[in-house]
Amino acid sequence: MKIKKHVFAVLIYIFLSLWAVMVIFPFYWMLLTSVKSYGDYNAEYVPAFFTLSPTLDNFREAFTAVSLGQYFLNTLIFALATTGLMLIVTVPAAFAFSRMKFRGKNTLFTLYLALMMIPNELVIITNFRTITDMGLRNTYSGLILPSVTSVFFIYLLKENFEQIPEELYKAAKVDGTGDFKYMMRVMVPICRPTIITITVLKVIESWNSYIWPRLITDDEAYYLVSNGIQEIRENGFGRENIPAMMAAVTVISVPLIVLFIVFRKKIMEGVSRGGTKG
Amino acid sequence: MKNKGFKAWLYLLPSILFLGAFMLYPMADVLIYSFEEGYNSASQTYFGTGFYNYEYVLHDPYFIQALKNTFLLVIITVPLSTGFALLISLALSSVKKVRGMFQTVYFLPYVTNTLAVGLVFMILFKRTAYSEGLVNMLITAFGGEGVDFIDGPYWAKMFVLCFYTIWIVLPFKILILTSALASVDETYYKAARIDGTPKWRVFTRITLPMISPMIFYLVITGFIGAFKAYSDSVALFGTDLNAAGMNTIVGYIYDMLYGDSGGYPSYASAAAIILFIIVLTITVINLLISRKKVHY
Repeated sequence: MKIKKHVFAVLIYIFLSLWAVMVIFPFYWMLLTSVKSYGDYNAEYVPAFFTLSPTLDNFREAFTAVSLGQYFLNTLIFALATTGLMLIVTVPAAFAFSRMKFRGKNTLFTLYLALMMIPNELVIITNFRTITDMGLRNTYSGLILPSVTSVFFIYLLKENFEQIPEELYKAAKVDGTGDFKYMMRVMVPICRPTIITITVLKVIESWNSYIWPRLITDDEAYYLVSNGIQEIRENGFGRENIPAMMAAVTVISVPLIVLFIVFRKKIMEGVSRGGTKG
Repeated sequence: MKNKGFKAWLYLLPSILFLGAFMLYPMADVLIYSFEEGYNSASQTYFGTGFYNYEYVLHDPYFIQALKNTFLLVIITVPLSTGFALLISLALSSVKKVRGMFQTVYFLPYVTNTLAVGLVFMILFKRTAYSEGLVNMLITAFGGEGVDFIDGPYWAKMFVLCFYTIWIVLPFKILILTSALASVDETYYKAARIDGTPKWRVFTRITLPMISPMIFYLVITGFIGAFKAYSDSVALFGTDLNAAGMNTIVGYIYDMLYGDSGGYPSYASAAAIILFIIVLTITVINLLISRKKVHY
């Protein structure tokens, strides 16, 4: 009986490890290929699982042959601006819904929630025309503006704000503290964990966004990393320079992996509270 | 009091402006668009109104192909990924050592750039003149016959797409299911142990009913997500998905809107409305079933 139990436990560990290998392997392969030299890589008819002569040439190639640095910078500006604006929009809205009294509050909140159901694919068509008509194609504003709002984040923050005792708000009122000051000095610091979570989730979302940037930019100077990757795949390096391609892929993936490792707990918590993907 | 109401609207103003301009207005606009026949984007005129755009889209072979690909993807990946995620989560919850490490590793695909990692999958599966690629190497090593998964037969391409999709969506499902499993009340298990209930029965009678709301949630979000598949396919097969025969409904919408075959916002709108109706129908059906079957 005991032996049977042990065998079972071992089988479970083997199963879990196998999937872990499946998850990590593409990342390993990406790193490995990025340090193989072009000649070495193409000489291998049967791919090798390790290399004895790693080189950083591919990374130099990735930054010089295509404007990877530019894509990187664009994505950084895009992610920071979008996230910043998202906070400016989300925090007051969540505050109004959680603490302020006004007519039509429930109706409006229901309407907001209903908006969560609208798929992005549906509204993107008109947004494409709106931004084009405004002459904002190939600009940062054109990239950023339609990507700002997320009803889900307003909802998440509102729920969190509501957990703060109402008495605190009343006490502040008695002391003559204004709403804005109360929001910034009391509510935001108390709800910092949630705010960090939505910030990190938004940065990840912006970093990975592909569809909207692809529609709205055709000038390489405004490409984000995702579009850059597609561009590299189709035109850059000469089609067959896979090590350089993998170097570019590595450079793009590393910031997110670092962000994930630093904010692991917060990200997983935020996502399990109702993030959607897949 | 009146003053206070005004103030609240002021706090809400930024979000109302953004949501109104980029969600509410477009929603209405797309619906109108989809009924305007012969819309010309240069002169912004159209002949008349009716169902012609829908008719065109539904008879377009590219749309039929996209529809078929998307449905296949949905039918294959949603049950497989949900089942596999359940298996992994059960395994995870039965171990104590290094559980956190496994959880972290499993979550990794969630935070990575779909396009970037898709490229890695492409080179793993692709066969070229000078290299057969890793997956083919493994297949031949085990005595199978190699096949080009990227430019080869349809089933091979579909296989990679499904495989990659499952790889991408698993982290979310594993996360949701492990926390659902952890939240099942321990006393139920204790009672079952005292009664000497067999393990399989414990699973079907306690665990499964207790986590069934979460499974249904995953199935619904899985359906919606898979119907919107697009970037995974682009990552593997490049932007010209029609030529590769691997387009999806969303891909069709974008191609109609922009790109080499673009410039037809009315067709794009009609296709988008069709997608919306499909997703809505499936969500409603799922909700109806779950109301009957799910134990809360």
